[in-house]
Amino acid sequence: MAERSPIVLSVRNLTKTYRSAGEQISVLRGVNLTVAPGERVALTGESGSGKSTLLHLIAGLDAADGGEIRLGEILISKLSDAGRAALRRDRLGLVFQQFNLVPSLNVEDNLAFQARIAGRVDAAWQAELIERLGLAGLLKRYPEQLSGGQQQRVAIGRALAARPVLLLADEPTGNLDEATADDFVALTRDLVARTGCSFLMVTHSTRLAATLDRHVTLHAGLIN
Amino acid sequence: MSGELKLSRRAFAGGLAGVVLSRRASAQGFAGLGETETGFAPVVPGKAFSFPADHGAHPDFRIEWWYLTANLVDTKGNACGLQWTLFRQAMQPSPQREGWANQQVWMGHAAVTRAHTHRFAEVFARGGVGQAGVEAKPFAAWIDAWVMKGSEQTRDAALAPVELKAAGPDFSYALTLEADRPVVLQGEAGFSRKSERGQASYYYSQPFFRARGSLTLDDKPVEVTGKAWMDREWSSQPLASDQTGWDWFALHLSSGDKLMLYRLRQSDGHDYPFGNWIFEDGRTRQISGADIQLKPKTPIEIAGRKLPVEWQIAIPSFGLSIACKPLNAHAWNGTGFSYWEGPISFDGSHTGVGYLEMTGY
Amino acid sequence: MQLATLLIGLISATALWSGVQAINQQARNAYDRAAATFGGTRTAVLVDRNGATFSQSIFVNLRRAGWPVSPVLEGRVQVGGRSFRLLGVEPVTLPPQVGNAPSIVRGALQSFITPPGETLVARETLSDLHLAEGTSPLTSNGTPLPPLRVQPELVPDVLVVDIGIAQHILNKAGELSHLLVGKAQGKPAPLESVVGDKLRLVQPNAETELDRLTDSFHLNLTAFGLLSFFVGLFIVNSAIGLAFEQRLPMLRTLRACGASARLLNTVLVIELVTLALVAGVAGLVCGYFIAASLLPDVAASLRGLYGAQIPGQLVLRAEWWFAGIAISVLGALAAAATSLVKALRLPVLAAAQAYAWHEAQQRWLIFQGAVALAVFGVALALLVYGNSLIAGFGLLATLMLGAALILPAILEIILKLGQRTARRPLAAWFWADSRQQLSGLSLALMALLLALAVNVGVSTMVETFSRTFVTWLNGRLSADVYISASDNAQAIAIRNWLRQRPEVLAILAGARAETHVANQPIELLGLPDHPLYRERWPLLQSAPDAWKRLLPGEAAFISEQLSRRLNLGVGDRIAIPAPGGDWTLDIAGIYADYGNPKGQLAVNIAALIRRFPDTPQTRLGLIVAPDQVPPLIAALRQQFGLDDRSVADQARVKAESLRIFNRTFAVTAALNTFTLAVAGIALLTSLLTLANSRLPQLAPLWAIGVTRPRLAAIELLKTVSVALLTALLALPLGLLVAWCLVAIVNVKAFGWRLPFHVFPLQLFELLVVAMAASLVAALLPVVRLARMQPANLVRIFANER
Repeated sequence: MAERSPIVLSVRNLTKTYRSAGEQISVLRGVNLTVAPGERVALTGESGSGKSTLLHLIAGLDAADGGEIRLGEILISKLSDAGRAALRRDRLGLVFQQFNLVPSLNVEDNLAFQARIAGRVDAAWQAELIERLGLAGLLKRYPEQLSGGQQQRVAIGRALAARPVLLLADEPTGNLDEATADDFVALTRDLVARTGCSFLMVTHSTRLAATLDRHVTLHAGLIN
Repeated sequence: MSGELKLSRRAFAGGLAGVVLSRRASAQGFAGLGETETGFAPVVPGKAFSFPADHGAHPDFRIEWWYLTANLVDTKGNACGLQWTLFRQAMQPSPQREGWANQQVWMGHAAVTRAHTHRFAEVFARGGVGQAGVEAKPFAAWIDAWVMKGSEQTRDAALAPVELKAAGPDFSYALTLEADRPVVLQGEAGFSRKSERGQASYYYSQPFFRARGSLTLDDKPVEVTGKAWMDREWSSQPLASDQTGWDWFALHLSSGDKLMLYRLRQSDGHDYPFGNWIFEDGRTRQISGADIQLKPKTPIEIAGRKLPVEWQIAIPSFGLSIACKPLNAHAWNGTGFSYWEGPISFDGSHTGVGYLEMTGY
Repeated sequence: MQLATLLIGLISATALWSGVQAINQQARNAYDRAAATFGGTRTAVLVDRNGATFSQSIFVNLRRAGWPVSPVLEGRVQVGGRSFRLLGVEPVTLPPQVGNAPSIVRGALQSFITPPGETLVARETLSDLHLAEGTSPLTSNGTPLPPLRVQPELVPDVLVVDIGIAQHILNKAGELSHLLVGKAQGKPAPLESVVGDKLRLVQPNAETELDRLTDSFHLNLTAFGLLSFFVGLFIVNSAIGLAFEQRLPMLRTLRACGASARLLNTVLVIELVTLALVAGVAGLVCGYFIAASLLPDVAASLRGLYGAQIPGQLVLRAEWWFAGIAISVLGALAAAATSLVKALRLPVLAAAQAYAWHEAQQRWLIFQGAVALAVFGVALALLVYGNSLIAGFGLLATLMLGAALILPAILEIILKLGQRTARRPLAAWFWADSRQQLSGLSLALMALLLALAVNVGVSTMVETFSRTFVTWLNGRLSADVYISASDNAQAIAIRNWLRQRPEVLAILAGARAETHVANQPIELLGLPDHPLYRERWPLLQSAPDAWKRLLPGEAAFISEQLSRRLNLGVGDRIAIPAPGGDWTLDIAGIYADYGNPKGQLAVNIAALIRRFPDTPQTRLGLIVAPDQVPPLIAALRQQFGLDDRSVADQARVKAESLRIFNRTFAVTAALNTFTLAVAGIALLTSLLTLANSRLPQLAPLWAIGVTRPRLAAIELLKTVSVALLTALLALPLGLLVAWCLVAIVNVKAFGWRLPFHVFPLQLFELLVVAMAASLVAALLPVVRLARMQPANLVRIFANER
């Protein structure tokens, strides 16, 4: 289904305003962005430019004030809370800077968690992910026992286990050192290619951004 | 609770009808008692004393006491003194009621004084049931186990011989008292005036007792001999409200004469001294107040009060001029109604021993 | 949030503890008042060997022999249809060491002892009688009492008059019932030389009889107070622990900036003590209200059980306030001890986690489990070797402590099993997360377990007692009408009158005498020989032909209490002092005598009267055709002027007994509710504090695609199921507690053992109540979660906008 669509993600005239300390802050002022199937896009911008906000809106974690977001044929901005939750579960993969693994579950269960909830467990794919992510020896460990790089690899595995249409990553390397970050991005690129999904990564590193297919910059609430 | 019930003592000397029911009441002065003697028998001059009947109780009068003090020496020659007192107080006038309904309340005080120690005890009893009382013939005055008791041999006129017993928590004594002269009527043939305003009591004494017996302090008995003096007094009338206390002397002169002296102190600073000289043969002569000089020396502090334990006494008409010293300056009876009561000795124109009582300080 | 939790914990701990203390203190003050009035228990007394009155000439003889005795005459009078203890005292000789006895202050002595005298009463008695001070009520036989005067130190239901007045009112001229012995002035003569063997010296007890009798009751209250206190401390402990965890980064920063660990700890302690002081004061105020609201029940319980009179007005002493505040501060410090030690040892840099959470939890569970087993060991030792009431309570305490300690381990095992069986991912997460939450919730759950177990235990005991009591009462109350005549003459008149009445099928005489065995007062109960008694009298054990052997007066039945106290069983013999010499009796049976603090022996009435000729024969039981009961009672009242207390039908006596019984356990029930409420608060506060730290754990699930309502539902289910598991575990523990209460504590405290019953319906009800309580406690944080704005959840992920 995803392969047939000419455009996976389409963002049109997206606006978002926060109220903070009585002041209106327009974070997004009419953002336009499209991501093609299998395309790997880096989104950069200075601190406070609204990168993460844009990503959260695309993930349906928050609601926009104006404009529209389409994932394939689905108009995300019109979905209910439950609909957005279902969308995240079935079509999206999310990776955060803080890893956000489920602390009470071990690596194996964390990896399979989203796929199981989505009801799309693919044992072969799961095994391949474990192998490619180099987590074979760590399956019985718990998140708090892992290094940052290891945790982020588990997070990627969890996000990709259900074969999402779009993988969204919010500063995934923010808590990793440079070498680990490079390894992580390379691994993710390969896995995304292997999965065939699209990839949108928010990062402040132009060096990492340069390794993806396309690089867009958010500046003053707009993408140029 | 018994601590709440305080009978004051000779107190009444003037007729201070002496039951005060708390220390506070007594501290407030005796004015509260000045209100009434309605219904009690009056004290009037001209009473004919009759013995043994008058040795017994006079329940129609408000207050009465049997007051004995003794100046003794033990076998080693050490001086000591003892006190045995039984007070009676009627809460209501006659008629006398039977059993527990009886209106008489009794109080006993007993004390022993040596140069370095003073012991005292106090007991209370209600009349009507036999716990305390006084019988005239054969003579017996008692409260609990404390007794002053005559026998078949007791001569009514002299009230002798009698046995005397008392015990406190840390002392006890037992004496035999003998006398070969009759009792002595004080004042005007036993009518003793206590103020110019009419307060008076009936008053007689037996100052000629010879005492012999044993005294036990802390379980150590010693044999003692010496002289004793008993005062008998009863009255219904309270002290004048401005009379704050008194100083009382009972003196055994080495000549064999006896001397009784007292002064009632008034709040205006005047006092009312009175005396009676008792010759060795039992004759008496009253001494007028103007002829008595009672001079307290510098007071010392005892039990939180200031008391003059040394006195200078002069009676020019008898050529008497003596200085009195206590055997033990701290002879303080810390009983419900507290007062100083102890043996003294004196020298000067005359020598001898005696007892001093001071109240209202 | 933590502040609120901390305060709630401290306040409820202090409140319940000090509330119970206030009640105990109040009761003990009342006993002191009673003891002072009695004179007898705090002061040595001389009594007649046969318990009879004696001539006051003995008093005079003793005084004159140097004995510092004071006479007392005691009796009962009826005023306004109520029965009072009339105490005749002699104020002039009353020993000062009798304590805070009625003090007759200046001027008052004269009015007390001279006619018409005075009747000293407690304020409560005055209001009970609806009379003003100064009135002279008439007794039931028409004698006027002296004018009433209030003496605040007195206990209720006692009238104090002068000895002479008492002799007149009680018609006992010249008679005394005992002599108080004060401090001797000199050396009194030997007692025998004065009174022969007529009187017996009873040495004073350090504790009063009431103290002794009610000890178990107060121990009970104290145990409840302690339980609540510890539950409160659980709350404080978890609140402080959490607050500390949250402050760790700040503490590290401060340490890094150069603040010494000692300084930081000092600051933390000062902060804590300040909070504890505030909470202590608030807790004391709450405690006051708890005590004030419980007091009527306590008073009713004590009156019902022991006839002890407690004034209904709460009076507090300064010590109580200080003790309450002190316990609040000490409790807070104890609860904070672990956190403070941690702060003292806090390394400046955060170290890497050495163990995964489940490993750490494992270690903690194993340690705690080991402690629990040790505590169970102590419990076992107490069960085997313990022989006192304290040991009984010790057993209960160790049992519950052990159970509480081992609870998390058991829950862990159950949850682990659940996790293994889980197939669906959310189910797996459900179990895993429950396990992880265990450490945070365990204190609250332990509190819940204890509160529930105590509830189950106590309500099972009360229910058991209630049923046993009703059956027993039916057995004991076999006559249809009960009459208590004022004296023997009236009893004979009534009897003669009754013989003329055809509706009276049988007249059963009863009588009671008192004696002493092994220095304990013992009641002798005279039983008529009647088939009804043989059928119904509640014998627990009996020898063959027991009733037949009773008849000639050679055998007796012994009450269960007395049989335990004296360690006598069927077939043993007992010798009791009687006026004509010792009376030796075979024990032919043991019967239940619930609610009676005194030991009792039941003998044939004719034999009793032969041996104790002075026994008043004023009690009659009648067998009457049921429909004739009301007219007969009416006729009796009219004929003999009997009041409500002198004649009653069976139904009324039964109702009265049940009412007393029910009130007896009123406090227990009230305290039960309080402890359950505190446990509920503990659960709520734990969940609320946990709720905040739960967000980062729930947010990823939400991000992955689990809706908020679903998450909330799972959270709720999780809490409730853990609570349910706890409650289910509390049931067997509660039954064990009930068994301890019935088979150990009751036997030691009261002297009777009840058959042990389980009441499933009641258990189910409690379970429902517990679940409702935990549901309510869990609901608030869950509703907050379900309603949470996505923005709040997003914030978890947001590192920039």
